[in-house]
Amino acid sequence: MGTKGRLQKKKRRRSYDFLFVLPWVIGFLCFTLIPYAYSFYISFTKYNMIGTAKWIGLDNYIEILTKDAYFRQALVVTIKYVIISVPLKMFFSLLVAVMLNNKLSGSKIYRTIYYIPSLLGSSVAISVVWKAMFRKDGVINAFLALFGIQGLEWIGTPSTALWVLALLAMWQFGSPMLIFLAGLNQVPSSLLEAAEVDGATGIRKFFHITLPMISPMIFFNLVMQMIGAFQTFTSAMMVTNGGPVNSTLLYVLYIYNEGFTKYNFGYAAALSWILFVIIMFFTMIVFKTQNKWVYYENQEG
Amino acid sequence: MSLSNKNNRRKRKIKKALIYIIITLLALIMIYPLVWMIFASFKPSNEIFDNSHLLPRVWKFDNFVNGWKGVKSYSYLRFYMNTFLLVGGVILGNLFSSSVVGFGFARGRFKGKKFLFSLLMGTMMLPGTVTMIPNFIIFNSLGWVNTYLPFIVPAFCGGTFFVYLMIQFMKGISTELDEAARIDGCSSFQIFARIILPLCKPTLATVAVFSFVWTWDDFMGQLIYISEMKKYTVALALKIMVDPLAAIDWGAVIAMALLSVVPSIVVYFVAQDSFVEGIATTGLKG
Repeated sequence: MGTKGRLQKKKRRRSYDFLFVLPWVIGFLCFTLIPYAYSFYISFTKYNMIGTAKWIGLDNYIEILTKDAYFRQALVVTIKYVIISVPLKMFFSLLVAVMLNNKLSGSKIYRTIYYIPSLLGSSVAISVVWKAMFRKDGVINAFLALFGIQGLEWIGTPSTALWVLALLAMWQFGSPMLIFLAGLNQVPSSLLEAAEVDGATGIRKFFHITLPMISPMIFFNLVMQMIGAFQTFTSAMMVTNGGPVNSTLLYVLYIYNEGFTKYNFGYAAALSWILFVIIMFFTMIVFKTQNKWVYYENQEG
Repeated sequence: MSLSNKNNRRKRKIKKALIYIIITLLALIMIYPLVWMIFASFKPSNEIFDNSHLLPRVWKFDNFVNGWKGVKSYSYLRFYMNTFLLVGGVILGNLFSSSVVGFGFARGRFKGKKFLFSLLMGTMMLPGTVTMIPNFIIFNSLGWVNTYLPFIVPAFCGGTFFVYLMIQFMKGISTELDEAARIDGCSSFQIFARIILPLCKPTLATVAVFSFVWTWDDFMGQLIYISEMKKYTVALALKIMVDPLAAIDWGAVIAMALLSVVPSIVVYFVAQDSFVEGIATTGLKG
């Protein structure tokens, strides 16, 4: 009798514990699972604000993949943007983290200065500043003029506009840098000292000890930065608004235009699924190469 | 021996000096846009693009006065109140959900926990753009468009990052205390409220500051869901001010842009350690 009562009480406690995660379960259903399913469904329909969704099968996808020149433009531009901005951002964040890791006095101040752009960079305010700085008569050209370099209309020129956006992304290298700094902090100094005794130079130590030790952070940063870069929106909308001649039509801006200025919900949903597949494809590639270059000290961890 | 030691020390000194020079130069470049922004906001509009001098000739507050008047009949006071309302709701939501759900995953015992946890981790990397269109349709049919509910309600259900952050932290708390409490007959809720939650203050701070900064900067969501000007946030008001259809008053725009980044910077300086902690432990994007 006694044990039975206790068992029942235990069972009751178990079901009661589930209540704690219930908000998340509801959120998962309402704001992730159902929208994903719904998005998949409407991507096979013609659906705009006024009418109801009308099933058209694969038409959206066929049109996007075979006829839509904007799609191709957006895809090319976005991949270019990712390939320019992500590796450079990673390089800078690692380089600066390594330099800051030298027990410098005032490193907290430097850390703050480098991090603040990450904090603000995705805001409209900074996009506005970028737009002002890169004007023909902006401060960037004034600076270049000091060295006798004739400035350009950076934002108004198709071949340079994307670089203006990529620079804004690179300017925000602070948060991956902080992750690298945390990683560098954990490289055991005994390992580095042992290598030093064996006569290893600084560069050798870096490539043979430090780099492998922080490779999990490189991997993590690479994946997160890539996923983030594929979905850049604010700067493309506010600095260049996709122009000139669609040279900065980043993919999410194109989805936004289709979905929320033309209200082609079905078409925009199909576009987002294609982006989803593209992001997953690139992420998979990085994951697949993982065991070639990412070193986990504790394989189980 | 002593010679090579001396040599080494000199080498190290030179290396350090070089590093200082490089990171200082780079820091100047990094901070320059903000410095430029500060000085430009005190210049008259016609002087902003006259780059012969960084400092304003005469310091004037006109840009702030003109900018603060806002758009149409709505001043920036309104836009700030709106933004704080929106951000405040989201912060409350995230504090509630991350602690409760985090506790459920870190300490709860129930069927299907492992499965749900793997779902949680699976959603971590899902790109948000796929749900942009369907969420809009769903919220629109609920009549939530042009309210702050599309931001606040999901926050009460829990953002994956924040929940994960909380789980990690709670798992680090020794279970001795709650086992003792359980033997004394405390319920899970009592353990959560009386033992675990008070210990989670640092992580709650991290959740709050990141909620603040991310929601403050979430331009796309605000652009999609808020259509009426009286509900506009600061970011949307800034967007309207640089609308290419109108003549841009650059001085006013830059002054208001400067003001709009102040809250995030203040939050950063007040809660610097929370930021660093949050980024370092979960690799949150900042």
